[in-house]
Amino acid sequence: MTMPQTLIALLRRELTLAMRRRGDVLTILFFFVIVASLFPLGVGPDPKVLRLMGGGVVWVAALLAAMLSLGRLFANDYADGTLEQLILTPTPPVVWILCKIIAHWLVSGVPLILMAPVLGVQFGLPADALWVLVFSLLLGTPVLSLIGAIGAALTLGLRGGGVLVSLLVLPLYIPVLIFGAGAVDSTISGLGAEAHLSLLGGILILAFMLTPWAVAAALRISIE
Amino acid sequence: MLEGKNLACVRGERTLFDHLNFTLNAGELLLVQGANGSGKTSLLRTVCGLLTPEFGEILWDGEKIGAVREDYQAAMVFLGHAPAVKDDLTAFENLDFSCRLAGIEASREDVKGALGHFGLGHCLELPAKSLSQGQRRRVALARLLLAKAKLWILDEPLVALDQAALHLVQTLIGDHLQSGGMALLTTHQMVSIPGIEPRVLQLTP
Repeated sequence: MTMPQTLIALLRRELTLAMRRRGDVLTILFFFVIVASLFPLGVGPDPKVLRLMGGGVVWVAALLAAMLSLGRLFANDYADGTLEQLILTPTPPVVWILCKIIAHWLVSGVPLILMAPVLGVQFGLPADALWVLVFSLLLGTPVLSLIGAIGAALTLGLRGGGVLVSLLVLPLYIPVLIFGAGAVDSTISGLGAEAHLSLLGGILILAFMLTPWAVAAALRISIE
Repeated sequence: MLEGKNLACVRGERTLFDHLNFTLNAGELLLVQGANGSGKTSLLRTVCGLLTPEFGEILWDGEKIGAVREDYQAAMVFLGHAPAVKDDLTAFENLDFSCRLAGIEASREDVKGALGHFGLGHCLELPAKSLSQGQRRRVALARLLLAKAKLWILDEPLVALDQAALHLVQTLIGDHLQSGGMALLTTHQMVSIPGIEPRVLQLTP
């Protein structure tokens, strides 16, 4: 059997599992909505302030939601022995790791992107800024899954791994946050978002190429 | 042929075993025995490549397993303590997916047949969370029927099985050895496979 078939099987398995556990996916989505909705209650209803903050708030909420979803990435597979079996397949680890991360993004990243415009409207973002918000999340959330996978792999089997993951991963999310929220900001102030979006795209390409190797190394350490 | 040369395993500060040598030829069964904590599982995990030995090397047909990783892993099947059975998938899906992931070619009928052979024919479509411990074990063991691997590495394969399944697994191992396969397993139970004289590797803590 060839490698693509193995990968399609893995992708299908991950998505089937996510469908069977829809609660997990919805929890993350509602967390995202609630965090973003708390800000207007905290800072007051001034439309001008909210419009300025909107992009940044949605981005911070997306960051936190992405982090919350990392626990699912490897922990279940580690506990029930599936991870050992995956490591022992003839398929190179980097390839199936990338496949798992893509599945994770489809399940936990894409819903955030779809929900983001609704939250943007809530903050009174203009139409062009809404588009930029969606586009910046489209480029940025895969990076969150990719970088987060390193943290998830390193903290496998540790007690209190969840808190440790946030300490490891949140600092690494900072560039994504700066350029993601920056893209929305610069659209509102009329500067145009191209520069920020190209940098986000660059980060995505870099993360796509490098993080699977780091994850493979981290999983090796954790499984020993 | 599988060979372990001068193997040593250290976990934390403790040396589990050292200067360990073994060879396993086609048609042979090697039983790893020893008290709890003597390093049986660590040895098996080392042999299948999940653990790097502190010292020594493992050779597959004369080549280091690290150098022929893909060939070795295609020729080997490992069943560990954890059955790698997902609660949210059905028995059929579990076996079907685990075969596909391991690159084993098996049709839907093959998968159903393998589960039927292990007495799970009536619960193909039941989610694994409603299966008993022994039944999960059977789902994992059913993979042996489909995998066309030469080397079986089985960590406590007989745990949680009833008499019928014990018999089934031992027959399966017997057939595998008869057809030129090899098996490495740990167990605390008596293994009796007709026509096969198992060699014993005793680990002392």
